[in-house]
Parts: sequence; C-alpha cells; structure tokens
Amino acid sequence: MTSDLSNFDLVIAGVGGQGAVKVSDIIGKAAVSEGMDVRAAETHGMAQRGGSVVNYVRLGCDLGSLIPCGSAHGMLALEPVEAMRYIHDVAKDGIVVMNNSPIYPVTVTSGQCTYPDPQEIVTRLEKDYRVVAFDAVALARQAGNIKTLNVVMLGAISSYLPIPEETLVECIRNMVPPKTIDTNLKAFRLGRETTRQ
Amino acid sequence: MSGREYMLGNVAIARGIVEGAVDVVSGYPGTPSSEIVDTLASMKERDFYIEWSVNEKVAMEVASGASMAGARSVVTMKHVGLNVAADPLMTLAYMGVKGGMVIIVADDPSCHSSQNEQDTRRYSVFSQIPCLEPSTPQQAKDMIPYAFELSEKYEIPVIFRSTTRISHGKSDIELAPVSQKTGEIKFEKNPDRWVMVPKNARVRHPHLLSIQQDIRGELEVSGWNELSIEAESTVGIIACGTAAVYAKEALERLGITASFLKIGTYPIPEDSVRQLLAKTEQVIVIEELEPVIEDQCKVIARDVEFETEIFGKADGLLPRTGEFNVDICMEGIAKAFGIDSCECKPANQDMELPVRPPAMCAGCSHRGTFHVMKKVFGEDAVFPSDIGCYTLGIQHGTVDTTLCMGASISVASGIYDAGEKKPICCTIGDSTFFHTGINSLMNAIYNKSDITVLILDNRTTAMTGHQPNPGMGKTATREPTVEVAFDRLCSAMGAEFVEVVDPYDMAATEDVLERAKAYKGVSVVIAKRACVISAAREGIRYTPFMVDTDLCKGCRKCLKFGCPAIEFDEVSKKASINSMCSGCGLCIEICTFNAIMEVKK
Ligand code: SF4
Ligand code: SF4
Repeated sequence: MTSDLSNFDLVIAGVGGQGAVKVSDIIGKAAVSEGMDVRAAETHGMAQRGGSVVNYVRLGCDLGSLIPCGSAHGMLALEPVEAMRYIHDVAKDGIVVMNNSPIYPVTVTSGQCTYPDPQEIVTRLEKDYRVVAFDAVALARQAGNIKTLNVVMLGAISSYLPIPEETLVECIRNMVPPKTIDTNLKAFRLGRETTRQ
Repeated sequence: MSGREYMLGNVAIARGIVEGAVDVVSGYPGTPSSEIVDTLASMKERDFYIEWSVNEKVAMEVASGASMAGARSVVTMKHVGLNVAADPLMTLAYMGVKGGMVIIVADDPSCHSSQNEQDTRRYSVFSQIPCLEPSTPQQAKDMIPYAFELSEKYEIPVIFRSTTRISHGKSDIELAPVSQKTGEIKFEKNPDRWVMVPKNARVRHPHLLSIQQDIRGELEVSGWNELSIEAESTVGIIACGTAAVYAKEALERLGITASFLKIGTYPIPEDSVRQLLAKTEQVIVIEELEPVIEDQCKVIARDVEFETEIFGKADGLLPRTGEFNVDICMEGIAKAFGIDSCECKPANQDMELPVRPPAMCAGCSHRGTFHVMKKVFGEDAVFPSDIGCYTLGIQHGTVDTTLCMGASISVASGIYDAGEKKPICCTIGDSTFFHTGINSLMNAIYNKSDITVLILDNRTTAMTGHQPNPGMGKTATREPTVEVAFDRLCSAMGAEFVEVVDPYDMAATEDVLERAKAYKGVSVVIAKRACVISAAREGIRYTPFMVDTDLCKGCRKCLKFGCPAIEFDEVSKKASINSMCSGCGLCIEICTFNAIMEVKK
C-alpha cells in the first residue's frame, strides 16, 4: 500500500561514504525549486563510518520524515545487501533501482559473516517489486570517476521521480564542485539511460 | 533574506537563532546537536560571538554570563551533555537571566549515536525552567525567537528540546526576517540576583515557584499548543514533538476521527487537557521516551474527577524506549481504541544478511595505536576507553569500558584501586581529554594510580563532524589561537612520564608503550597524528599501497587488522587493497610475508 499522503516516498539505502546524503539533498532541493513540500531523514553519527545507512525522502508531503513500513513508492539502493536490509520499507510492486556491485563489510572480509550472491538478491526482490539492477560502479568509471556512483544512481531513479529532468540537472550543476560538473552530468546521463522506458 | 529553502533541522534552528538577533552562542559538539554551532560558525558575516567550549558546563556558564550582561545567548548540547551542565542549570533557575537565554538540547531516542536515551523534559520539570518542543523543523526555527522573548519576559532561561528527527530531519523551510538588536549590553551589579549565597537563594526559590503559574498561562495561549475538538468523536489523542506528526499520519491512515491536542510547551497547557478530557471517553498520550505528559494528564484527570480512560506507556500500549514512527503510533492507537491495525505488511525477507557495523576509516591512526597497544599490553590487559571515533575499536578488542565523556581515566584508576593486577591502559581522545579528562588525569596522578593513559590526539573532534578544540590552535570560526600543548599540560599536573609519538611509526610507538607499561605510576603517551579525513581535506595525499599477489600467501592476517581498504579475493585466495586506501602504511608491518608495498609510481 503506497500512500496518497505523499506524492512519492523514496528510500535511499547504502553504505556510509557512498554519497547517499548528497543524492537526497539534490532531490530535496530540486523538489523545493518545483514548489513541492519535502521531508527527509538521514542517518548521521556512528553509521557514517562505513556503516549501513538509510535515508528517506518524501516528495509532496507535509508530514513526518519517516516513511511508514511497507509503503514507500520506490527505493534507490547504492549496494545490494543494503537494498535487502531496508526493502521492508517499500510497498509491494514499488520500484527498486539497485547497484549490484557489492561492498564487503569488515565482518565479511574478516570471515565472521558471509555475503549473499547479489544475483540471488535480485531474484528474490523481483518476486515482489519492479527491479532495475545494474553495475553502477562500471558506469561511474565510464563517466570518469567512481565517486560519481551516487549520481549514476540518481540518474537511474530520476525516470520515476515526479521532478523534471532539467531541474535535477540544474541542481547537480549547483551542488557539485565546479571542476567535477562534467563528470557528474555524464554520470547522471549514463544512469538515466539504464531506466529510460 | 526571506523565501523558502530546503535545509537540515539544525540549520533551521541556526537560522532561528539569527532571526532572533542573538549576541553570544556557545556549545559542545554532540550528535545530534553539533550542526547548530557548525552552521553559525561557518557564516561569512556574523554580528554575534560564537565558540566551541571545552564542555557543556563551561558552555552553559559562558551563555549565562553573557545573559547577565543583557545579551541574548544560546547554548547547545546533546542530552547527556545536560548532565554535565546540570550543576549551573539548577542554580540558574533561581538566579534567572537578563538577556534572553535559550538552552538547546538535542535528545536521541533510540540511541542512534548516544550512550543512553534520557529525556530532557525531565530536567525542565526538575529545574522548573520552561521548555519548548517543536514537532517539525519549521516550528523549530520559528520557536527560537519566541524563546528569547519568553526568557526576557520572565527573566528565566528557556530549554528548547529537539530530537534526532528534528535536528537531522530535512524539510522546506519558510524563512522570516532577522530581528533588530535591541538590548543594551551592560553588566549591572546586583548581588541579590547574581550572587547565590543562601540568603539570596532562599528568596529566589519562592520567586521561581511564584512565576510558574504565569508562565503556564502564557504558554497555554501561545499557539505552540493546538487543540482541536471533534464533536462527533469520543476518542482523543494528546501528543508532542515529532510523535504528534506521526500520530496525525497514523490517524489518517487508520481513517479515525479523534480530538487532538498537540503539546509544544512545558509546563503543559492544563486547561486544554481539561477541555479534551471533558469531551472524550478514551485518550491515548503519544510521546517519545518518558511519560512526562501522560503522568501529568493523569493527575489532572484525578483532580477534576474525569472518567476518561488515559492510555499510553503505563499500560504498555506504547514503548518507553526507542524512537517512535507512524507504525508504532498506528499500533498503539488501534489497540487503545480497539480497532483493526493496518493491513500493510512488508514483503517477506528471510535472507541472512551480513552485519555492517561502522568502522574506523581506512588509514585511521587509531587502528595502528590500538594494534601496538594490544601487542605491548597483551590481549588480557584492561582497556578502559571513552567517547569518540576510537570507541569503534570495540571490534578490535581494545575498548573494555565506555561510561561517559572523560571517564576512561577515572574508570582505569578505579579498576587499579580495586586491586586489579593486570596492566591497565586507557584511551581518550584530544577533545574528550579537554572536556573532562583533565580532571580525571589530575586525580589519577595525585592519588598515585599505576596506569598508562594514551591520549589519542587526532587533532580534531572527529566523531561529531571535525570541530576544532583547544589542542588545534583554531577557534570555532577557524581563527588562529593558542594551541594547548598536551605534554606540558600533563607535566604541569605532575605526570613524570609524558611522551609524544607518531602512531604511523609503529616501531617508535611500540618502544614508547613498552617503557610506559614498565613505568610505575601514571604514564602518559600522546599519540599525535591528524585524522585522515581532515588530512585529506587539507590536501595531504600519500601513495596508496598494494598487495603483491606473488608474495601473498592468503593467510588473512592483514584482514584481521580491520582496515576497510583491505579485501580478500575468494577466487584467487589472495588479499587485495581497494581504492579506499589512504596510504598510511600501517598494514605493511602486519604482513609477515612482506607482500604489502607502496604502489610504484
Ligand atoms: S574520522 Fe578520523 S578519527 Fe574518525 S575513524 Fe575516520 S580517520 Fe579515524
Ligand atoms: S596502507 Fe594499508 S592500512 Fe593504510 S589505508 Fe592502505 S590498506 Fe589500509
């Protein structure tokens, strides 16, 4: 059950350091310049140091910043395991845009835990959701800098957001360091192409 | 400047402080409160004074002094910080203020980054200082200028309680114009007011009690409390803070019509509570953490003999711990009023996922220090620690205790005093040492503990967002100032073994720690190396390291070191180093096969 109390509820899941906050900021600013009400919540503090991170953005919503369980319209997952970790926030048949290239937590590299097969994650998610999964790291590299992974992902989810593409592009221009504008715009375009219906 | 902007709750609070024409701001960093001072300190143009103080007590006293001189002042901290500042707080309530003073405290339901979940509203009841509580970032901004006015009108400080979801929530915010400064800054002698000797305190206590009713009356009609009575409905909701917003959404989702009282002030609006109770048969009180409002509502109901059933935490319909959300509110409301809860159940997800705890950064010097410390003192030694990035060393087995800011040294002393025979080596960060570690060290030296104190000086307050401290030689606004020298400070307190070492130099660190361990008495070692994040921001770059796959035997020893840049390739059964590597070089020493080396240019 998605909510009609909000125009679009988005969950952004990832790992501290991947730039999830930046993505939510770009979307939030773009929404405000479109005249929408926006609410957003982010993970701070402890979780920033490479921990699991989840952010919420509610577009066209004047309520609280937390999205009720199982009701988000969509998810942007910067990392496969993190997609699975927070998928309960998304409504059935919601859109899940996911980077399928993993980041292993220290618990995995040190042998305490095992990391599931990313393809298996995709297969499971496809049962209940509309899933678009691809290697965003490769696209970010193609754009010229793997740090643009977050903007690749923003490009991919942008096809589903109730915000015009030009507005998002304008916000990217204003919000990334001037020297990196071209790389980021290329990253956005490459991401957008993966989901353009 | 006016218009609409998208901002973080703490940035909105900072804006409210500016709109309220503040003169002096002080604070001590602590998540979720830190961005308020950070935002104000980074403003290019500013017509007020701002500082990071060494702890919350000091910060509170600075703000009080400013206010005695007629200035509008703000002090910021997190909930546990108010414990440190509780001493001045309680007497400040008697003494009162002249210029408006706002005490901003950010609570952290669910301990997202805290060691407990205490509720600041209890301090408001305890000290009889009024408290304002916003339910959205917009309200948070709008409340601050009002808080100054309220404070000046009754000459009493005002507590402003935020929570994580306000402070770290983002929202579109409608800005208002900045007010003109009005107050004249001038300290007027008035010993009856400013000197709290018993004779004066005995006069001020009844005074404090006498203004409570007026304050309550004023807050009742202030607009921060909203009452809407639904004539058709026999049920009601009383809620405050972000919980009020969740409760509203929960009602809409459940399709229930209920009378609603949103409370934003303490003392609470008793007349409104009475009106609601008179019109309803069942009421649920929804508030995060402590049942402050719930208890008061029950007292009011008993006093006027209302029959209304009051639900909340006492009957377990709502939890007393953790953070609220719409789902928790829906469930509580549904149970209280005997209706069906929601049908939205999340899809099944039973896959086992690896945990992903936060870890110290790639290249963090603490990792090297901890590694050597464990080697020298042995895994069985006792390692009391403190609050900061280095608490993440818990995964390395180098953090045995964490009580509160500054406690590592005193806890270490206590363990020694108890008669523990194992070696004791405690760790404390630079900012934490200035906060309250100094007192503990002085005590340990004076009382002849036999412990090693490792001051992890990473040249910043990293965990909360890299705020400057007195060891950095920079103020909050990044102006140069004196740099407090740890070694000389420790020597001045009577420490005889004091050495400074670079933790990137593991051999030298090992040597110093060996001698510190052998030393009888308090030995102090200062491991000094800038946090990799601040170093990177300053443009310092090192050559990254790599694994020579021919030499790597796949023993996984380097993986145990816990650097996020070191990975293991399950196919080739060899270690590898990824792009996160900051080039600290600490891992070369770990590999017994010399397979780790600098990337050749
Ligand atoms: S932020 Fe700095 S101090 Fe904290 S873990 Fe990272 S490198 Fe270490
Ligand atoms: S040199 Fe080694 S320990 Fe240092 S950041 Fe690189 S991989 Fe990590």
